Amino acid sequence: MGNKQTIFTDEQLDAYQDCTFFTRKEILRLHSRYHELAPHLVPMDYTNEPDCKLPLALIVDMPELKENPFRNRIVESFSEDGMGNLSFNEFVDMFSVLSEMAPRELKAIYAFKIYDYNVDNYLCKEDLEKTLNKLTKEELTPEEVELVCEKAIEEADLDGDNKLSYTDFENMISRAPDFLR
Amino acid sequence: MPGDTLITSENDTDIELDFAGVEDFQENHKREKHYGKRRNGDRQQNKRENQRRKRSSKSVQGIREESQSKTERRERSRRRKGKAEHETSGHEGNKRERDQTRAKSTKSKKNIKNEKTRKLEGKEDGEAQEKSEKGKLKLVCAKNEEKIESGDQLKEKEKALGVKKKKKRRKKVVETSSEPETSEDGDDEEEVNNDGEVRPELLSPEELEKLKEAVDEKKKLIQSLRGKPWPMKQKLVTLRESQLFVEKYEGALGKGKGRKLYAYKVMMTKKWMKFQRDFENFKTACIPWEMKIKEIESHFGSSVASYFIFLRWMYSINMILFGLTFGLVMVPEALMGRPYGSIPRKTVPRAEEAGAMDFAVLWDFGGYAQYSVLFYGYYNNQRAIGWFKFRMPLSYFLVGVGTVAYSYMVVIRTMARNANESGIGDDNSFNFSWKMFTSWDYLIGNPETADNKFASITTSFKEAILEEQESRKDDNIHLTRFLRVLANFLVLCCLAGSGYLIYFVVRRSQKFALDGLENHSWWERNEVNMVMSLLGMFCPMLFDVISTLENYHPRVALQWQLGRIFALFLGNLYTFIIALMDAINLKRKEEKVVKYNITMWEASLYNGTGSENSTAPPITIHPADVPRGPCWETMVGQEFVRLIISDTMTTYITLLIGDFLRAVLVRFLNHCWCWDLEAGFPSYSEFDVSGNVLGLIFNQGMIWMGAFYAPCLPALNLLRLHVSMYLQCWAVMCCNVPQERVFKASGSNNFYMAMLLVILFLSTLPAIYTIVTIPPSFDCGPFSGKNRMFDVIQETLESDFPAWFSKVFSYASNPGLVLPFILLMVLAIYYLQSTSKSYKEANVELKKKLQMQNEENKKKNKQAALKAQMDLEEARKSASQTAVHQRNNNDSVQRREDDEEIDNKNQRMYHGRNPSPSVGNREPHFPVRDPGPRNAHNGNHGNPRYLPGFHQQSEPRMCRVPSLERH
Repeated sequence: MGNKQTIFTDEQLDAYQDCTFFTRKEILRLHSRYHELAPHLVPMDYTNEPDCKLPLALIVDMPELKENPFRNRIVESFSEDGMGNLSFNEFVDMFSVLSEMAPRELKAIYAFKIYDYNVDNYLCKEDLEKTLNKLTKEELTPEEVELVCEKAIEEADLDGDNKLSYTDFENMISRAPDFLR
Repeated sequence: MPGDTLITSENDTDIELDFAGVEDFQENHKREKHYGKRRNGDRQQNKRENQRRKRSSKSVQGIREESQSKTERRERSRRRKGKAEHETSGHEGNKRERDQTRAKSTKSKKNIKNEKTRKLEGKEDGEAQEKSEKGKLKLVCAKNEEKIESGDQLKEKEKALGVKKKKKRRKKVVETSSEPETSEDGDDEEEVNNDGEVRPELLSPEELEKLKEAVDEKKKLIQSLRGKPWPMKQKLVTLRESQLFVEKYEGALGKGKGRKLYAYKVMMTKKWMKFQRDFENFKTACIPWEMKIKEIESHFGSSVASYFIFLRWMYSINMILFGLTFGLVMVPEALMGRPYGSIPRKTVPRAEEAGAMDFAVLWDFGGYAQYSVLFYGYYNNQRAIGWFKFRMPLSYFLVGVGTVAYSYMVVIRTMARNANESGIGDDNSFNFSWKMFTSWDYLIGNPETADNKFASITTSFKEAILEEQESRKDDNIHLTRFLRVLANFLVLCCLAGSGYLIYFVVRRSQKFALDGLENHSWWERNEVNMVMSLLGMFCPMLFDVISTLENYHPRVALQWQLGRIFALFLGNLYTFIIALMDAINLKRKEEKVVKYNITMWEASLYNGTGSENSTAPPITIHPADVPRGPCWETMVGQEFVRLIISDTMTTYITLLIGDFLRAVLVRFLNHCWCWDLEAGFPSYSEFDVSGNVLGLIFNQGMIWMGAFYAPCLPALNLLRLHVSMYLQCWAVMCCNVPQERVFKASGSNNFYMAMLLVILFLSTLPAIYTIVTIPPSFDCGPFSGKNRMFDVIQETLESDFPAWFSKVFSYASNPGLVLPFILLMVLAIYYLQSTSKSYKEANVELKKKLQMQNEENKKKNKQAALKAQMDLEEARKSASQTAVHQRNNNDSVQRREDDEEIDNKNQRMYHGRNPSPSVGNREPHFPVRDPGPRNAHNGNHGNPRYLPGFHQQSEPRMCRVPSLERH
């Protein structure tokens, strides 16, 4: 008898729309995707904001992230605990930032977080090496990796401390033709 | 002594008051600032604590009692808060304020007031202690409340201090009031409401201004919230808080007359926002094929998706062209024009009547299709049709011009926008960094595509490394240059060869046509078409092979490939046009003959009838029997329609055979074949972006060319695009494999646009040529009987506009006026162009300067870093040298430690001693808070470096010690 299940209240949907770049429909779709990941864990009814988190392994398995070399880092940098357990809020947040409507600046901030493997607010050489190895599936020789990392730091490092701060990163990435196109 | 208990409690409040800082108003201000900074962290922590507490009270039975007592306490404190607020906000508060205004100047009275407040606080001190057990939350709350109370009482003075502070306080009021709201449910809302209702009446105009500003700020915050890099939870909380704030104070803003207006405005803006949001939702829901394209993008990368986006864009343009022709030409003629069969041009001739309904004839757009609104010839040259005098010929002409003008406008505007977007990032200074951070296409979701992408990234890195290593020796560059020149030479040869071949074939076919087509074989009749399609099939392959010589980046290679195929197709198109021109000339010769014959026929008809009965009305002849001219315009339209149809068919058939059948064969024959079909020779096909884009562009060019003579063309094209959207989407997902070298198609969109513009220009040229130079047929079409098609404008000007207008127009079209105008336009264009050039130069110059500065900075920083390193080393050296004097150092350290101990003792003694006088007199709060002792101990240490550490150490102890003692 038309018994349509309410997933969110209207206020919740409005709040989500204010906080993200999504429309109503997209948020509901996101919820259904989130629900599909673990139907027995995630309730259909989100009106009273249940406390429920999905582990990294489940989220990384989504087709959107499955092939991404940085999937673990992406999920980790959006999770509150840094271990990759995402609540629905963080889940929505992640896709909001990754969506094409998100502005360049916001993406740059999160991109920096993603590439910052050891969470020290600097991209040091180890971070770059990890990034490069993920990007090429470790098909470059160590010397080549070394060379590329050195060149990258030399290009983008403005203050000469041999690691990239966010300002360096932002300066570099804002001029990239391929970033956010 | 009873004073002892008081001592401890006083101690406690001392510290609290030290935090809250009620005693000194100027300091109060500073501390408030300090609090504001700390608040965020505190609040969140508190909330979490509260939630945890709630949960624990629900789940764990054992702790229940405790938590109940806590909630009791909380409630008590809340009640107290309410009471206190009531006091301040109610009559008493007003009285006090009045008192204050009276006694504003006298300081002594103020002191009394201060004491009053302190008394109030003193009452609460006991409870405050309880709260300090519970956690910091209540403490902060209570403190804030106290502050507010005292603040309210001393409002007058604060006004003198500045309005800014008030604004801050207001904010704080909200924050404190919204704080308990999140932790404690419904009850608090009443409080909040009370808060909101009472406060605005106490506000002065400036304060209102400030409040308004604060509300606007919050609104801005709400709008920009989605762009903030905060975690979602924080965003939601801030959103709720600021929404509450806005809601609460919006209604209160504005007094008297302004109030209603303001409330109305607020309501309208709210409605407007809601409408905008709904509209936005609606708009995104209206974008067609979004999901399909996204899916393709995730499987094949953005280059394939860019084709489909381009297709969608084309569809939208054709939609508008179709709307124009359909709404302004076809429908009026069909509804209001003379019906079918009323005049010769609207009737199928007698000779064709028999087969006019055959499918083969209709498929070729002959028979009934030819004599319908679909083609130029059907339209009548009646000046105005229907009851509201629709100017049909004029409308036909203007729609023809309008479609072209609209297309130009759209293409150029899109190009300009794309150019603006791609204006940045053309320097090469961050080669490696960009490769590292931006080369991954985050949209890829297909394992094969991902593998290809990995491979391409690796190769690009290797290439970059090689380039980096070999940038010093340029012998390789010479080789690649040579190869590129060679490749271009080969391509030019190809193009010239194909051009000559087409020319040769066309000439031969003309000879055949003069001989009469019946005498020749099938091949000789269809030679031109076959040669053209064969060239179109094999030349791109040849170009592809040649382009491997050049070793370009695939994006650049795609552009070259596109350019070359474009040149080839252009040749084909123009040979087609030349052939068509020949056909037009033939038809016009035929027309002359027919015209002569018709006059003869008419004369004979009249002569025949005239001899019998001269007064009788002319014999009515059925329109189908009237002899008529060949009507070259309809012929041209038909040719274009046929071309479009055959083009569409070939596209679909090659799609089905080349992609689908191949995929099926490869898939199912793979089990019983001697080599691996999937990995080996036939394999699955890739999606050919360049070919498809060019097909689309040329198709559009034909539409532009032919739309004037066949108004049905945009409709047909719309149908074709619609079908091909679905068909190609399906084909791509079902039987294509991702490209080997996946790349992003970022900048190529404008390249498509540029080609489209060129095609648009080239296709409007012949259309304009025919319109301007060739006189229209005498017995068909809306312009029949006129010398030229554009005479319709002249006619309209003369008969439909007042005389003065045509006079003005004739003056305006006088060459003496037109020429200077054109000259002026040319000058303007020249001027704008030169300024844009100079801007560009300035831009490049600035970029250079920036780069220089960057490098300089880098150098400077590096030098500074080096220097710092040197200094550090020197310091280390000196440190090792002074290792001998370590004993001395040790001594000094010990001495310092001794000092510390003494100081601590001093402090404790102070604490112990101090409150005792306060039993009798309330004043001695000051000595405790007096930083005197600290200064003293700072003075003890000659070494200032030691100050901060010690300071920090001593302070927490001061806080903690008393509370520990009490337990």
